[in-house]
Amino acid sequence: MAGEERSVKVKIENVRKVYDTRNGEMVALNGVDLDIMENEFICVVGPSGCGKSTLLNIIAGLLEPSSGRVLCDGEEVHGTGTERGVVFQQYALFPWMTVKKNVMFGLNLKGIKGKEAEEIAMKYIKMVQLEDFVDHYPKELSGGMKQRVAIARAYAVNPSILLMDEPFGALDAQTRTQLQQELLETWEKEKKTCFFITHDVDEAIILAQKVIIMSARPGRIKEIVDINIPYPRTQETKMSPEFLELKNHIWSQVYQEYLEVRK
Amino acid sequence: MNNKNKTSKIPKKVWLLISFATAMLAWYLLSLNPVTARSFQNQVVVFNSMFTMIERGVFWKDIASSLISVLAGFALGFVLSLPTAILMAWYAPVRNILEPWIQFIRNIPPLAYVPLIVMTAGVGRKPQIIVITIATFLIMTVTIYQGVINVDETLIKAARVLGATDKDIFLKVIAPATLPFIITAIRLGSSTALTTLIAAESTGAVAGLGMRIRSLNNSFESAPMLLYIIIIGIIGMLVEKFVKYLERRFTGWQEKREV
Ligand SMILES: Nc1ncnc2c1ncn2[C@@H]1O[C@H](COP(=O)(O)OP(=O)(O)OP(=O)(O)O)[C@@H](O)[C@H]1O
Ligand SMILES: [Mg+2]
Repeated sequence: MAGEERSVKVKIENVRKVYDTRNGEMVALNGVDLDIMENEFICVVGPSGCGKSTLLNIIAGLLEPSSGRVLCDGEEVHGTGTERGVVFQQYALFPWMTVKKNVMFGLNLKGIKGKEAEEIAMKYIKMVQLEDFVDHYPKELSGGMKQRVAIARAYAVNPSILLMDEPFGALDAQTRTQLQQELLETWEKEKKTCFFITHDVDEAIILAQKVIIMSARPGRIKEIVDINIPYPRTQETKMSPEFLELKNHIWSQVYQEYLEVRK
Repeated sequence: MNNKNKTSKIPKKVWLLISFATAMLAWYLLSLNPVTARSFQNQVVVFNSMFTMIERGVFWKDIASSLISVLAGFALGFVLSLPTAILMAWYAPVRNILEPWIQFIRNIPPLAYVPLIVMTAGVGRKPQIIVITIATFLIMTVTIYQGVINVDETLIKAARVLGATDKDIFLKVIAPATLPFIITAIRLGSSTALTTLIAAESTGAVAGLGMRIRSLNNSFESAPMLLYIIIIGIIGMLVEKFVKYLERRFTGWQEKREV
């Protein structure tokens, strides 16, 4: 990939976000600048409450920045758009819809109906290996399966960037590893730009080309760490010396910020 | 294997029969004791009183009259509560103005304000429907309102990022997500309609189950009174069964919540 010219997918310019709370103003983000390149896999780590979700919601268009702006493909972001898909930690599946109906939801809103919508939905349900569960309701699925459906649902409307807010945060270690592996395989095939928030430093390094470390309140970008470990990456990658070195570095940076918060 | 397993082997239907037989026996015993027999005459006498009431030409009229009042009051209460609850959930001014009063009136037993309603609405069907409408409207508004405000925020966000407009969100997310609460509201509303019936029919009604029980009291006819009380119970049970059916039919997708 070295030397390849890549265009900027999302440009974040001097974004600041202030929440009005009962205890006065709360600066969640202060002067965040970041370029997310086309096809790039970016992971964001940082202590709890440093504004990771806030940043993701601003990119998604679910929140407006207090000042500064976000550009997606050169256009200023106001409100949501199907070119920016989101996967939430709490799965957010519609409980009254079957797996297939959930995946078809965005397609139907786009005006794609009937057989065509069904075919597209099936393609992504197969991608997440849930073809045996198409007519099941969310309550009949495990956490890992629910998140697979949410990923398929996000993919189905063909966004050009995927925003994921701790998507594997609620899963057990084993399921988590499995879904990381699946996500890596999909990313290597489709090279869809990914902006992925996690608390788990291991997860960040195994997935990302770049890890963004955010500082504690008010949230800003502290450091951007390039992860130059070649793909395909497997679980064995986690044993390699370069991985451990990166882990050590990122972990100590995050820990410093964590101590900042505690003060 | 053990005792516990043995009892659970008896099917539910059989338990129902046993329960029924036990109640019948208790009733019969009450009818043997001269003191309790004043209120509880035996099954045969109570059952036969149905024919007396039919002969008097009031039996079917009473049932029909009560059902009409209950249904009309409930339907009106429902139709009014649905938009009110949604407006309360969406517009803070509506909520801030209405909510305290809904809570205030909800705690007043309907029997207390019946005379006031009669003064304005006169006697007959009208005040009955008004009383039942008020009572059902209050309970159903509170219940549906809870449902609308409890719609999971992330579901709305998820719909938005998939391209949903405000209208899509209302019709495809909020409406289905609120459905379980609407069905609960129907359950509570219909049982409130029945329990309010007696109060509603104290408004100088000319027929009705509640009105008849009062007038039978004046002539010390306990057998038809008991009969009418049982009929109200049976109507309540049938309504409950119907709501259960609605629940199974429309909200089977729900996660079972541990109580
Ligand atoms: N709607 C809101 N109103 C007021 N304050 C908010 C709101 N949302 C978030 N905050 C505050 O803004 C800060 C950043 O929140 P955010 O959810 O972005 O953090 P985060 O990095 O995603 O945390 P976590 O890792 O725990 O998910 C927190 O201190 C939080 O309390
Ligand atoms: Mg967060």
